[in-house]
Amino acid sequence: MTSSGQGGRPSGSVESALPRPRNPLSVVVGFVDKTLAMSEFEVRKIRHDPTELIMRAVQPVIWLLVFGEVFTHIRAIPTGDLRYIDFLTPGVLAQSTLFIAIFSGIALIWERDLGIVHKFLVSPTSRGALALGKALSGGVRGLPQAVLIFVLAVILKVQINWNPLYLLGVLAAVLLGATAFTSLSMIVAFLVKTRERFMGIGQVLTMPLFFASSAIYPISVMPRWLQVIAHINPLTYQVDALRGLMLAHGVSEYGLGLDFGVLLLTTAALVTISARLYPNIVR
Amino acid sequence: MNTAIIETNELTRRFGELTAVDAMTISVEAGETFGLLGPNGAGKTTAIKMLITLLPPTSGEASIAGYSIRRRASAVRRVIGYVPQMLSTEGTLTGYENLLIFARLYDIPRRERKPRIRNALKFMGLEECADKLVRTYSGGMVRRLEIAQSILHRPPVLFLDEPTVGLDPLARKAVWEHVEQLRNEYGTTILMTTHLMEEADSMCDRVAIMHRGKVVAMGRPDDLKASIGREGATLEDVFIYYSGSELESGGSYRDVFRTRRTAQRLG
Repeated sequence: MTSSGQGGRPSGSVESALPRPRNPLSVVVGFVDKTLAMSEFEVRKIRHDPTELIMRAVQPVIWLLVFGEVFTHIRAIPTGDLRYIDFLTPGVLAQSTLFIAIFSGIALIWERDLGIVHKFLVSPTSRGALALGKALSGGVRGLPQAVLIFVLAVILKVQINWNPLYLLGVLAAVLLGATAFTSLSMIVAFLVKTRERFMGIGQVLTMPLFFASSAIYPISVMPRWLQVIAHINPLTYQVDALRGLMLAHGVSEYGLGLDFGVLLLTTAALVTISARLYPNIVR
Repeated sequence: MNTAIIETNELTRRFGELTAVDAMTISVEAGETFGLLGPNGAGKTTAIKMLITLLPPTSGEASIAGYSIRRRASAVRRVIGYVPQMLSTEGTLTGYENLLIFARLYDIPRRERKPRIRNALKFMGLEECADKLVRTYSGGMVRRLEIAQSILHRPPVLFLDEPTVGLDPLARKAVWEHVEQLRNEYGTTILMTTHLMEEADSMCDRVAIMHRGKVVAMGRPDDLKASIGREGATLEDVFIYYSGSELESGGSYRDVFRTRRTAQRLG
């Protein structure tokens, strides 16, 4: 800042700040870089204050150690050749990332009240990069959960598939699912705009998404109407992908192609909608 | 020769029944410090929001450095800096980290980021607390950090929305000294809003007085004071003279309620 602005000529001349002509490649690179900058913003916040992540770890521990152990013991849920705890573990992984994602939109309302969203929107950053960056950070928050659940799984003697390719697949499924549900949460935040309403709707969304999925029981035991809902629930496909990838003897019921196809399409659609709605939050 | 860097023509914004900004026509010269004055709810923040591309106008037009805010919003975003009314930095990050994010969002090349951030922090007198978490900063320090952030990309035009609201007198003075320095060293054009007439009087080259969405008077503070033909007049007297009302927002309870709600919604 010191070298310019000499000789009475304002450094803040219009020419110096003009948008440079840009080729398509640099547009893509810029988009990716700014998306990552937005995610990094979130990751740095977590690094300074990991309290939230630690609290979030409580829930999956209870699901696996209490619910999982009890229901494995009483064999109430028909899971074929899999032990119930094996069946449940990928479900709890999906569920715990869902719970983190679905409430993360409230941060946008908070940042709106602080004026931070205003500054993001005033910067020359595409709405797509703002929306995707924020959504990805929801995915990143899910990763420590995945590590924790793998540790619990080892303790509970769940038969894990340690093939690195499959582990990468798990990573992808966790990231995609959490990104999709974070976007959904952002859309809710953009529409309701207040914390109180957001919390209410967050609660209303979570339980149906969770119970109308194959996370804790197979779809085949559900009543017909619930089966229909479960089949259009993206969480079902995330759980299915995780079951196929994470477990040594796991099988993906719908096929990984369909699972990832549904997750990708859902994510793309939700990110697009949230990018469109993003500027609304400051109006 | 026309050297206007900010120009608005009949700029208007309605929210339902309420006309928050009513046919505003102003022109700000390059290098000028221009103040939008008026009580809360007069339409200052709405006007700024339109100029910085956060809010599309209902009708009318405006341009910054020749770029239309309607058609060239992304070009406008590159030539402006903005400091919002709220203390808007992330408390769980350090001052340096807060600036780093914006250095990336403003396409500052990787190798230039660090020196630019350090320089901006130094300029605003914050170099010693660069690596401390912002939640340990005082209000005045946060505000200076925000100004540091807003000038990282060296914008020719800077928008300050109520820059000293909620600050104690000492912090207020420090903020003004830094803004003054910015103006002298970089020739930055500044458009600011305030409801404090004294601050506007000492800081602004020209002011526009707003009342219920309309610009009721515009000119150099001294000329405006002279124009009402009263000895020792203040800008406050000018406001009362031209708006025909006291310097309180809205008359009825309903008005106050509505402007408050709008102000809240505009957030």
